[in-house]
Amino acid sequence: MTSLRRGRSLRSLREPLVSEVTHPGLSARGRTAEGSDEPQGAQGARAAIDRPGEGTGAELGRRLREGERSAAPAALNLIEDRSPAGREAAAALLAEVSPAALGDEAGAHLVGVTGPPGAGKSSLLSALVAAWRESGRTVAVLAVDPSSKRSGGSLLGDRARIEHDPGDDGVLIRSTAAAGRLGGLAAATRAAAQALAAAFDVVVVETVGVGQSETEVEELCDTVAVVVQPGSGDTLQFLKAGIMEVPDLLVVTKADLGKVARAARRDLAAALSSLGVSETPVLSVSSVPPPEGIAELAAAIDQHRGRLDLPAVRARARRLAALSEFATEHGERAVRAVGGRRAAERTLGELDPALETAALVSLLDRTAREADGERY
Amino acid sequence: MTDTPSHRLPEPDRPWVMRTYAGHSTARESNELYRNNLAKGQTGLSIAFDLPTQTGYDPDHELSRGEVGKTGVSIAHKGDMHFLLDGIPLDAMNTSMTINATAAWLLALYLATAEENGVERSALQGTTQNDIIKEFLSRGTYAFPPGPSMRLIADTIAFTVDEVPKWNPINICSYHLQEAGATPVQEIAYAMSTAQAVLDGVRERVPAETFPRVFGRISFFVNAGIRFIQEHAKLRALGQLWEQLGRERYGVTDEKYLRLRYGVQVNSLGLTEAQPENNVIRIVLEALGVTLGRDARARAIQLPAWNEALGLPRPWDQQWSLRIQQILALETDLLDYPDVFEGSHVMEGLVAEFVEGARAEMAVVAEHGGAVEAVPYMKTQLVESHRDRIARIERGELKVVGQNVFTSAEPSPLQEGEDGGIMRVDEAVEQGQIDAVRRWRAERDAAAVETALDELRAAAREETTNVMPATIACARAGVTTGEWAGALRESFGEYRAPTGVADAAPTTADESLSALRDRVEEVSEALGRRIKILVGKPGLDGHSNGAEQIAVRARDAGMDVVYEGIRLTPQRIAQAAVQEGVHVVGLSILSGSHRELIPDVLRRLREAGGNGNGAGAPTVPVVVGGIIPESDARELLAAGVTRVYTPKDFEITRIMGDIVELVAARAGVSDLPASGTLASLAQGAPRQ
Repeated sequence: MTSLRRGRSLRSLREPLVSEVTHPGLSARGRTAEGSDEPQGAQGARAAIDRPGEGTGAELGRRLREGERSAAPAALNLIEDRSPAGREAAAALLAEVSPAALGDEAGAHLVGVTGPPGAGKSSLLSALVAAWRESGRTVAVLAVDPSSKRSGGSLLGDRARIEHDPGDDGVLIRSTAAAGRLGGLAAATRAAAQALAAAFDVVVVETVGVGQSETEVEELCDTVAVVVQPGSGDTLQFLKAGIMEVPDLLVVTKADLGKVARAARRDLAAALSSLGVSETPVLSVSSVPPPEGIAELAAAIDQHRGRLDLPAVRARARRLAALSEFATEHGERAVRAVGGRRAAERTLGELDPALETAALVSLLDRTAREADGERY
Repeated sequence: MTDTPSHRLPEPDRPWVMRTYAGHSTARESNELYRNNLAKGQTGLSIAFDLPTQTGYDPDHELSRGEVGKTGVSIAHKGDMHFLLDGIPLDAMNTSMTINATAAWLLALYLATAEENGVERSALQGTTQNDIIKEFLSRGTYAFPPGPSMRLIADTIAFTVDEVPKWNPINICSYHLQEAGATPVQEIAYAMSTAQAVLDGVRERVPAETFPRVFGRISFFVNAGIRFIQEHAKLRALGQLWEQLGRERYGVTDEKYLRLRYGVQVNSLGLTEAQPENNVIRIVLEALGVTLGRDARARAIQLPAWNEALGLPRPWDQQWSLRIQQILALETDLLDYPDVFEGSHVMEGLVAEFVEGARAEMAVVAEHGGAVEAVPYMKTQLVESHRDRIARIERGELKVVGQNVFTSAEPSPLQEGEDGGIMRVDEAVEQGQIDAVRRWRAERDAAAVETALDELRAAAREETTNVMPATIACARAGVTTGEWAGALRESFGEYRAPTGVADAAPTTADESLSALRDRVEEVSEALGRRIKILVGKPGLDGHSNGAEQIAVRARDAGMDVVYEGIRLTPQRIAQAAVQEGVHVVGLSILSGSHRELIPDVLRRLREAGGNGNGAGAPTVPVVVGGIIPESDARELLAAGVTRVYTPKDFEITRIMGDIVELVAARAGVSDLPASGTLASLAQGAPRQ
């Protein structure tokens, strides 16, 4: 339901709706902007609260582009808003922070931090955030919480575990629930990262899991660090079995455990070299006082970024985001209508690399409709 | 004497030690209170410390704001301890201190004070609670991570067993576990598992021949609820398991070391705000549970006051509770007989049930690696038990007279006085203590303080060194509570205990919860994103049970819940509310610091402009729950709080429904005219 509405509003930015009536559920639901049973006045009141006066989508986008970090929370509220009006405003916001509007790719470093529960991601992030702040960089953390219950509600606990100075406006932490969003990382998370990248120096996307979630983090981020705790063999097994793609960095936490931590680091290095990727750094850190290895990790993250062809990485991220969004909205049938995932990726790759995600989605839409008529 | 029949004692037993958990404001004022209490026939002291003292902060620390002298007395250094104990004969007194994270420090202050008054250490009698695991699990006044905390406990035990031999260095405390929702089996199992973790730790730090004496110095502090037959059985079960543990795990053979020694504070959890006079009856029955059977009778008792769900008790309220003890011990024939349950088929059956259940649960804790490692497991179990208990009250299965049955009542004359029937701490106390600690720091020998702190740091770094001697040297040198804990925080690091909420199983959806879920979906749809709530605990108050239940129920109602745990500054709460883009903020305070902290949160939210739109009312509604007197509630509403919930609002699902409507109204997506609702509330509509 939600995804259908989202799809429609995205397209409605560019062209009149061709197939409104063919979307099942839209009219039945009766809670769209057109068919709303909310009084107009109520809509207005909500806009004033949820989207503050100075905070239309475009305005918030401009403020972010100008580096105004205080616009970030309201911008994130908008990006998470799934209502038609919200989608429209979010698109306007994103247009303001697109490479076209910025004149270049966003300068922020997008860093993915992922690993199994209890691996020590939050303690590690506490130390990393402190290190980045010390070097004068501003940091935004998007903590994607996996907990989702049947009720649809979530307990978002990560914020508590990332220690930071609440008086420091150079740090923003935002938790989101991955609840019920197929494909793990929500489209909202990608959009949020893009928006934050306009105003912060480092944008961290923190996710939980091993084997699946880091694929998507990898699509979105410039640098991905997989966090492993000593004594848990999962990562090693997944690497060996090829279930997990090789990350940019492997971080073994709890170096204070001594022998166990050293053994884990050795095993991972051996596994990597057997896969022929011995250049992937494996770092050992301890977050308990006195912290160890944090400066080295921060440096390794920077070095990885230094080696990247950033425009290519970001263009690829947009292509994959567009495909993922398209597939989530319209399903596999639609993906087949555009010739399958690989072909679509190739086609998108031939376009102007500066095209933003929304434009790419819209293009896929058109292609699919042409191929499959009204049915897709 | 020789022909006393077996159903009578040759002479009545001596009464237990009678105490009242007391202390507030300054050391001088508390000293006066103690002397009055002793004159009324109290036979021991039970010192209540304020939260800064319990968590190792000086009165002028940012986190101490609003808390100084509130839940107990503020003790910042040896000078305060001298005032506190002034004129009290320490060699004849039995002093219990409810102190945990900073137990080693308060013990050192007590020892230094006794020393300067010419009293030998060996003559001192008393107890430091010193049980950190239950602080992680329920009460929240911890300061250091688990490892170093357990070491501090082991150090105090290893030190006192020879140096202060009549002292109980630890009181394994299941009291707060029951307050957090523990069933009798959980209470027994977690207390015994904690004892085991402590004893294992001390065993490495004392010579083998000393160990049986260590075992004999371990005492317990338990809770007693209203189901007093069952509660008595719980104590007998605890005694059996304790003896078994001593014999089987530690090879203790001396009978006198194997006897369970325990003190008790009866249940506060079951005390109601509605018809509070009924609480006196509850307290009497709960006291019976721990005194009825001679074989499992408490060594020391302290009873809460009838008005604890309303606010802090006054001296008169505490006197009433002391009189209960005196009547029970001196007027009734309770102390005239041998154990009245001996041979009781029912009692034996109950005890066997509890022993079996507790053994099974202890095995689960052991599988997790022992009590320290099992803290997250135990916490989740407690959150779930508490949730079940509350749900049973909400459904009316568990009857609480005056709260969910027989609710119509005459107004209570006990609450009619000018003070509303509770005690208020003078708000000038905090500034007075801040000035006093600054004067103290300026006037002492700074070099001696530095030397003492350096030695403490050195001792802390060296795992095998006992920190007690260096701690006592700090006490003598005039080091402050915040400095002592600060030096150890540098060495040990800080810690945030698990909240237990994320892993708590979902609440079984009854009809009202299902209806609420539908409404949450509806409002979320209209908002464009899921209702997001921040549940926050400002200040040092660690009683997080209520906040946790709210957080879990909000999640189960379908909301996104940001819960950061305890000990948050108003600044951090406001920052989280803004950055997380929540629709509503719920704050919980039980320590009485709401008058200072809540307006501060409101001010910061206003400054931050909620979602960025400047001055005026906070952009998100703020609701408050806790032990909040009626007149304070009116002030909070006038200051911009949207709702105040107190213990009599026991139906959490209904509270949630209320909050959802607030969000809907504020966002203009319900039929309620937002401003009208808020205005009528601020004008003193009945509290919800």
